[in-house]
Amino acid sequence: MQLTNRAKPVDRQPMTFLESLYLWNILKGMLITFSHLFKRKATIKYPEQKRSFSKVFRGLHVLNRDAEGRENCTACGLCAVACPAEAITMEAAERLPGEEHLYREEKYAVKYEINMLRCIFCGLCEEACPKDAIYLSQTFAPANYGRKGFIYSKDELLIPHPVNDKEAYQKALGEKASSN
Amino acid sequence: MSDEKKLFKVTIDNITIDVEPGTTILHAARQIGGDVTPPAMCYYSKLKGSGGKCRTCLVEVAAGSTADPRPMPKLVASCRTNVMDGMIVKNITSERVQDARAGVVEFLLLNHPLDCPICDQAGECHLQDLGYEHGKEGTRYEFKRRTFEKEDIGPYIQLHMTRCILCYRCTYVADQLTENRVHGVLDRGDHAEISTYISKAIDNEFSGNMIDVCPVGALTDKTFRFKNRVWFTKPVEAHRDCDKCCGKVTLWQRGDEVLRVTARKDQWGEVESYEGKTGWICNTCRFDKKSVKDWVIEGPSKVNRHSVISQGHYVGVSQPKETMPEVMGGRAPKLLMDIHDVSGVNTVNISALPGPATSKNYTKNEQ
Repeated sequence: MQLTNRAKPVDRQPMTFLESLYLWNILKGMLITFSHLFKRKATIKYPEQKRSFSKVFRGLHVLNRDAEGRENCTACGLCAVACPAEAITMEAAERLPGEEHLYREEKYAVKYEINMLRCIFCGLCEEACPKDAIYLSQTFAPANYGRKGFIYSKDELLIPHPVNDKEAYQKALGEKASSN
Repeated sequence: MSDEKKLFKVTIDNITIDVEPGTTILHAARQIGGDVTPPAMCYYSKLKGSGGKCRTCLVEVAAGSTADPRPMPKLVASCRTNVMDGMIVKNITSERVQDARAGVVEFLLLNHPLDCPICDQAGECHLQDLGYEHGKEGTRYEFKRRTFEKEDIGPYIQLHMTRCILCYRCTYVADQLTENRVHGVLDRGDHAEISTYISKAIDNEFSGNMIDVCPVGALTDKTFRFKNRVWFTKPVEAHRDCDKCCGKVTLWQRGDEVLRVTARKDQWGEVESYEGKTGWICNTCRFDKKSVKDWVIEGPSKVNRHSVISQGHYVGVSQPKETMPEVMGGRAPKLLMDIHDVSGVNTVNISALPGPATSKNYTKNEQ
């Protein structure tokens, strides 16, 4: 039964001597290979060169500080409740008198943990955050030898101090700083 | 025939109901239930004399009664207005009411700090619900908000005066449940504030009920302060034999820990009644019995599925059969990583702390 008009009958004629040398076909293939020498490379030399991410790329999480270096997060739990992968856990504590320079609000996250093995980088935590405390940066979680290394705690997530460690802070801000 | 009570016919949002004479419009609407019930911030059916202050329950009376069908000129507070025979009330069908309610919410939020991310009441706050339904996105207020320092009233209750909407419910609790009231509203007008007289601590067996009646986060449980968010805890009905109160409570659990104990709330957010008696609970039940062993568990409480508290709480589910040990000859599958071994969270037993956790509870390298 014929299904389409494109069907071709297979030629089962034995090859001639010239054809059995495959010379012409090899030459055709080599020509294609040679032409690629002059085309744009699809790859880059990764650790030295890096591709820029899209502006909407969602990478590794960063816990934000304000201009004075106080932590923005108040442990309201909205990121954890918004998280579809249930990757975020936190523990809240009350700010004591004298700690006002460390935390912006009277409640803060004393522990904040993101399980990067569970995280699907959907960015819903960033969307849910009422305090502008968490955002997804333009880097990704680096490879690790063990699973334990993917449980990111607060000191790994917190952005460097903008006053005490200006350089690292600017670096951590990355392209988001220039776009703002 | 004369001893048979004559019932009044009221129509609220085109729904007609027969109610007893002397019923308020709000109660008639609650008997109908659903969307036609006006919200109430200050009115509390279990507290005598409450109501008439917040103006969120304003409704339009399109016809006063059969005898005098003229409409009432102004919107009336439904919690304080009794029904008349043949009264026609408009609530959600009236644009005037919706507009007025939006205005009332704006007024209530004028001095409200909007610190819901910090507030322990978030998730079960009536002002949050009200703002969600009737509030505007922005504020038109340009002046500095009225602020107060937070205050400890007694060892168990934290007062955040900034969040207060001056509904007076807590003062009625103190008046009607306890023998002598030591707190009240000081000053007047814009300066009015709830406080104890010369910061006198409130130590009364039933003072904890102030927390339950507070519609906002002004009075919160200090033993639960910052311990967890409401929507991560699991409400469970429980009871115990208490010589002071009814002993019927809701436990707010995380795993087997009891983080908070409250009275049971009905669908209007008020403390439930049992056999005509309001189920207030005493401070011993509320603050001291924070162990599952103290309670007889009845089962998970019903949570409205529109509430954020119902998040992650599944009802009527059966656990699927675990087939792994069966096929592996009784051995459990080997976990590559148990999160509890790695996680730094839960190193401090927060539920055992009398108040909120602070940096003192954590060692330097833990923070």
